[in-house]
Amino acid sequence: MKDRLSAFYWLNETQFAQASSEQITSQRRSAIEKFEIEGFPSVKDEEWKYTSLKKLITPDYLFPSPFVPLDQEEQIDFNDIKQFLVNDIDCYQVVFINGRYSSWLSETTHTNYDICTLGSAWKKYPEVVESYFNKLTKDDGPLVQLNTGLAWEGLYINVPKNIIVDKPIQVLYISTGDTPVFNQTRSLIILSEGSSAEIIERHHSLTNHETWTNAVDELHVGSNAKIHWVKLQHDSSNASLTQHSKIHQEKDSTAIVHTISTGGKLIRNNLDFSLTGKGAEARMFGLSLGSDRQLVDHHTRVDHIAPNCSSHEAYKGIYDESSRGVFNGKIYVHIDAQKTQAYQQNNNLILSEKATIDTKPQLEIFADDVKCTHGCTIGQLDEDALFYLRARGIRNKEAKALLMLAFANDAIADIQHPSLRVKLSQLIGRKLGVDMSNAL
Amino acid sequence: MWLRRKLFIVSDNDKIIDEVTSSDYKYGFSTEIDSDTIDPGLSEDVIRQISLKKDEPQWMTDWRLDAYKVWKEMDEPDWANVSYSKPDFQNISYYSAVKKKQYDSLDEVDPELLKTFEKLGISLDEQKRLSGVAMDIVVDSVSVATTFKKTLKEKGIIFCSMSEAIKEHPELVKKHLGTVIPKSDNYYAALNSAVFTDGSFCYIPNGVRCPMELSTYFRINEAGTGQFERTLLIADKGSYVSYLEGCTAPQRDENQLHAAVVELIAMDDSEIKYSTVQNWFPGDSNGKGGVFNFVTKRGICETQAKISWTQVETGSAVTWKYPSCILKGDNSIGEFYSVALTNNFQQADTGTKMLHLGSNTKSTIISKGISAGRSHNSYRGLVRMGPRAKNARNFSQCDSLLMGDKCGAHTFPYIEVKNSTAKTEHEATTSKIGEDQIFYCQQRGLNPEAAIALIVNGYCKDVLNQLPMEFAVEAQKLLAISLEGSVG
Repeated sequence: MKDRLSAFYWLNETQFAQASSEQITSQRRSAIEKFEIEGFPSVKDEEWKYTSLKKLITPDYLFPSPFVPLDQEEQIDFNDIKQFLVNDIDCYQVVFINGRYSSWLSETTHTNYDICTLGSAWKKYPEVVESYFNKLTKDDGPLVQLNTGLAWEGLYINVPKNIIVDKPIQVLYISTGDTPVFNQTRSLIILSEGSSAEIIERHHSLTNHETWTNAVDELHVGSNAKIHWVKLQHDSSNASLTQHSKIHQEKDSTAIVHTISTGGKLIRNNLDFSLTGKGAEARMFGLSLGSDRQLVDHHTRVDHIAPNCSSHEAYKGIYDESSRGVFNGKIYVHIDAQKTQAYQQNNNLILSEKATIDTKPQLEIFADDVKCTHGCTIGQLDEDALFYLRARGIRNKEAKALLMLAFANDAIADIQHPSLRVKLSQLIGRKLGVDMSNAL
Repeated sequence: MWLRRKLFIVSDNDKIIDEVTSSDYKYGFSTEIDSDTIDPGLSEDVIRQISLKKDEPQWMTDWRLDAYKVWKEMDEPDWANVSYSKPDFQNISYYSAVKKKQYDSLDEVDPELLKTFEKLGISLDEQKRLSGVAMDIVVDSVSVATTFKKTLKEKGIIFCSMSEAIKEHPELVKKHLGTVIPKSDNYYAALNSAVFTDGSFCYIPNGVRCPMELSTYFRINEAGTGQFERTLLIADKGSYVSYLEGCTAPQRDENQLHAAVVELIAMDDSEIKYSTVQNWFPGDSNGKGGVFNFVTKRGICETQAKISWTQVETGSAVTWKYPSCILKGDNSIGEFYSVALTNNFQQADTGTKMLHLGSNTKSTIISKGISAGRSHNSYRGLVRMGPRAKNARNFSQCDSLLMGDKCGAHTFPYIEVKNSTAKTEHEATTSKIGEDQIFYCQQRGLNPEAAIALIVNGYCKDVLNQLPMEFAVEAQKLLAISLEGSVG
């Protein structure tokens, strides 16, 4: 697989080079060379101790070329994807099919700010892209390097100073086709000083074949800017996702990320924040519902580089059947980051004999005037609470679902749009096998 | 010091041949003192020599050689969060006579050391013993010690050195040695298995409650700490023992590398309480010198057994130590209480592993780290609930206290749960001493240093309470001394 991927790159290198500047091409090349040396990470790698990619890299994937336009068969109708969108919110919409932009399903804009695709930005805004692309991901692991080498398309947002994006941006990544597909997607999001934006992101597979999306996102959040990002990972049981999101925050900026992982085969999220300006705030919430043989792996890292920053992290996991959950939260307080406040919480419910959870909350602290706490629990539903509900005539299944929903609520309570929250609770309800549409 | 003085006297007496012969004399002198030392280096021959010198049976020699073979294949681990220049294993002498300096009276002893003794409140006799002053027979202690020996013997308790046990109780040693920590366990355990020179062996028979803290015994009979110490402690069914190793007094040891192995075996319904106070030379305030302490400690609990580790770690330049419990039997209990204090350039990577295999097993982890100066203090722990550990329960708490802006505190807890009835809780906090707390104490007339000592002691109370009484008192003072000069 590794050789096929690098061969794919070298075959297409001229096309990559023609379509973007020399500097970008040389970055691509060095990234792919790094990947060639390192290969896919194995369980011997501490960062991948509990998540094996062995099975993921075995299928004979198709690598869709970004330079071949979508053919007739790959094109899909709005009705096919309607169910994956939050429809009752007025939104910008960006849809990708197998890593290529689908213009007829999308609604982009260039007035006031740019919400479009990275594929068009290479040519249109070479200076901006050059000064931001691969700035946060240079030293990352092999999967990120692979993406830097091969990825072409993804979301591109550039919001100028003091402008607020008036409606949320929905981005949808579709995998389809009649063979296994391996897609690389790449986002570049730049929020200048005082701007603000909201993104709802979803990955979905329409095929019964194995699909794997390897996504990398770079977010630059300027001073006083604010980003709110909701990731919905409710994919079919053959779809896997590895996603690395890097967020660079300046003075007094805020970044809020919700990751709701309720479906898919293997999900690996790397979510990294670096707080480089005073007073920056990072908030991250996660909810994982595992069933069947799913694996949900969350790796988060917060680098407190500047003083007076705060980070808040709450991840909840409910694991049933033979599912597996992995959590590794790292808080790294650098030497000058005095007055840091960091909070990290990871709570898990384990519902079946075969489910497993491996968690590792980690603190590394080099400054003395800080307040850092982390907590982590693994347990079951409270028997007394269950009895209380049963005694009031609520059926076992509903009572359990109610308790689980309450448990999960912390992770979704901060989501702004009521309709999105309702959709989420329905999703969770369906996963738990009860109708929860009226619960929120 | 003694060596130099003697040399000086000699050269003074015979000035004429001074320059010509002094080197010769030195040589002759050093062979004399090293007569019981094996040349530096490690090979099969060296191990055979050690075994021979200790007059060991063949099976023991084979066991050592086996371990050596395993060790040769291994690489020195580098995953711990510490950095140091790796020791040269061919430059260490693996067998040597006790190297302690002898003094004629306390007046010759380093006054710094004496000051520390005073602060710790150690009795004069003990001060002499600890600093290596040649002592007349102290009637009191000896008689007490003899009584102790007698009591232990009456109860059938075997308590002796490892080399004695290999000769006197080969069946027990053969059966249990290396069962908890196999030769191939890790790099330093393998090294220890190959070259260990001595250590303690303890066996508590069926149903016996050891009538005294074995720590008390140590305070009277010196149990010399070797460079590669091997301890094996077996508590037979229904027995109880409390064991303390180490000492609050500073140990000016000359060996830089210490790689000890401690194995505990708690059979059905027994209980072992193992306490450690470690205060080896941490290096000077510039981070020069100091002991590397790479220890492997593990205990296995059978049905309804309990093992409790308590440790107070204030010494050593580099500490790498994870006292662990394998909770094999149903209803067994593992506990770990730790205070690790690092100052100046010290580094500590310490914690525990609780491996829950049996059902209804319980474990508690309380770890308190304090870093000051430019030191680094890491907690690294693993709690694993196996698929058959029904209703297993764990509570972990690891707190870090930072003093000064150049030090670091790190936490690496691993939690792995493989069944649906297990419950684990983990919480950790990192903070510094509140200015309001210090202010409160100062307002009541304590100077800042005393205030900090008070606050630190309060912070560590959960752990110190687990120590045997007299050590708890000393450990409190020890914490205060170790923190001296870190305020400001």
